[in-house]
Amino acid sequence: MGELGAKANVADTEALALRLRRHVVRMTHRGNSSHVGSALSMADIMAVLYGRVLRVDPSQPKWPGRDRFILSKGHAGACVYAALAERGFFPVEQLEQHYSNGSVLSGHVSHKGVPGVELSTGSLGHGLGVGGGMAKQLRRLGGNQRVFVVLSDGECDEGSNWEAILFASHHRLDNLVAIIDYNKIQSLASVAETLALEPFADKWTAFGWAVRRVDGHDHAALHAVLDGAPLESGKPTVIIADTTKGKGVSFMEDSVLWHYRSPQGEEYENALAELAGGA
Amino acid sequence: MRDSFIKALTELAEIDPRVVLITGDLGFGVLTDFANNRPDQFINAGVAEQNMTALAAGMALEGARAYTYSIANFTTLRCLEQLRNDVCYHEADVTAVSVGGGFSYGQLGMSHFATEDLAIMRALPNMTVVAPSDPWQALELTRQLHARGGPAYLRLDKDKAGLEPAPASVVLGKVREVRAGADAVIFATGAILGEALAAAETLAAEGAAVRVVDVHTLKPLDVEGVVAIASECGVVVTVEEHNKLGGLGGAIAEACLEGGAKVRSFRRVGLSDLYPTIVGDQKFLRRAYEMDAPAIAAVVRDALKAAG
Repeated sequence: MGELGAKANVADTEALALRLRRHVVRMTHRGNSSHVGSALSMADIMAVLYGRVLRVDPSQPKWPGRDRFILSKGHAGACVYAALAERGFFPVEQLEQHYSNGSVLSGHVSHKGVPGVELSTGSLGHGLGVGGGMAKQLRRLGGNQRVFVVLSDGECDEGSNWEAILFASHHRLDNLVAIIDYNKIQSLASVAETLALEPFADKWTAFGWAVRRVDGHDHAALHAVLDGAPLESGKPTVIIADTTKGKGVSFMEDSVLWHYRSPQGEEYENALAELAGGA
Repeated sequence: MRDSFIKALTELAEIDPRVVLITGDLGFGVLTDFANNRPDQFINAGVAEQNMTALAAGMALEGARAYTYSIANFTTLRCLEQLRNDVCYHEADVTAVSVGGGFSYGQLGMSHFATEDLAIMRALPNMTVVAPSDPWQALELTRQLHARGGPAYLRLDKDKAGLEPAPASVVLGKVREVRAGADAVIFATGAILGEALAAAETLAAEGAAVRVVDVHTLKPLDVEGVVAIASECGVVVTVEEHNKLGGLGGAIAEACLEGGAKVRSFRRVGLSDLYPTIVGDQKFLRRAYEMDAPAIAAVVRDALKAAG
């Protein structure tokens, strides 16, 4: 296993991403749960954040100097739990309890009883507003912590996000970094067919945010852009990460079906086989 | 009442730098001094109540003591899920303040009537729900709420019950007897307590000694106090400027039944599960919807008759 933390290199975070993918496939298989495609989509982003970028201390989950991370697309909670476990916040074996009777590892991410989770989500359109509040208060207190919020593309349909987007730029919250997992597929159909977001980057620019578009599976590119976050003084940052839903498992990629379907039987075996590797 | 709230909050903000007042672009003239004198503790979130509430939760999770402020339903129903998920589930120190309980903005129409807020706020776990009856009480309860911490809902009326200030008699979470009597009891919440007192006065002239009890804290409800008083009086009437469903009447009924109170008859005064379609000032609408002193007196007479 490679090094995690500020010195993690591309190979390290790529290896972590592979482990996260295996975890989420196992977790959604075992729990017979949905959203494996959404979790695979952002595995590389999560690996780069938890493997390298976030200043966190697993031995002190509430260390005041930590960067804050919020998964606003709470349905992909399996990937957060996997990242926290891999980073050492709790034992990896605990991931087996995901979605099971009596477990605290709910399908949608929850902070209750799970060290390292800042905010419980699941209803879309909450994370950026709360993250903006955290960023505002951290700034008032004179801290240099950053607040990272990962949103889905479909989630950007929620009007509450646009309230938060207005607020963050008006208050010049340059300690707030939004990352959009832009896999172009939402619950029932493509984003373009449902509520078109394009020209997406232009919208954020017009709202006063510093915008970068990046390949959300390219670790070198993610390192480069996230190492430099926030991008501009006086502006909140948004990183629009172009991703593929179900990334890493060929038959799940770019498929609405795998927003809901749980890998079972031969599909499960084939998915794990595709994710085999040295990591 | 809103001026009393701001007075109390201004005092609290001076001694507690964690206090932040966040308005949804309302409070013209009322919040001006606070905004000018304590700019670092004041945010106008704009006409964006979902973000106002999420923002308050985020600030509270980082150590602020946040107060959101707007009219009637805008700090509660408009952002209900932010209150539920972000504030209450996270036990964030946020107090949602509504100006304009019940028919306070009676001429503005249905959108500005707060007539389901108490029931809905009561249903949220971890939420404290407070509706003062007089400005001096709003001042006192703001201080006590601050000492307790959020999540909380503070419902402020435009009207006042008109009782003499007696802050020492106000204890968050405890009912307050404001008129003696043992033939029947009226439990009231908010400024409409004044109508209940007037009804009791009318009934006294008819020979019925009606106790009047101020329920400024709907949650946590003083179950012990309610059950004891209900048992002593036997005839129970609730009065609220709110729908009859799930608010004070519901809370008192639940407490009495579960607590085994010896109640011979029970009546609720409030809106009969409808939306008012006419406008008018607060007192006009109470009369129109049978919630004023004469209407309350009639309900108590009916309850007394039913009890035999």
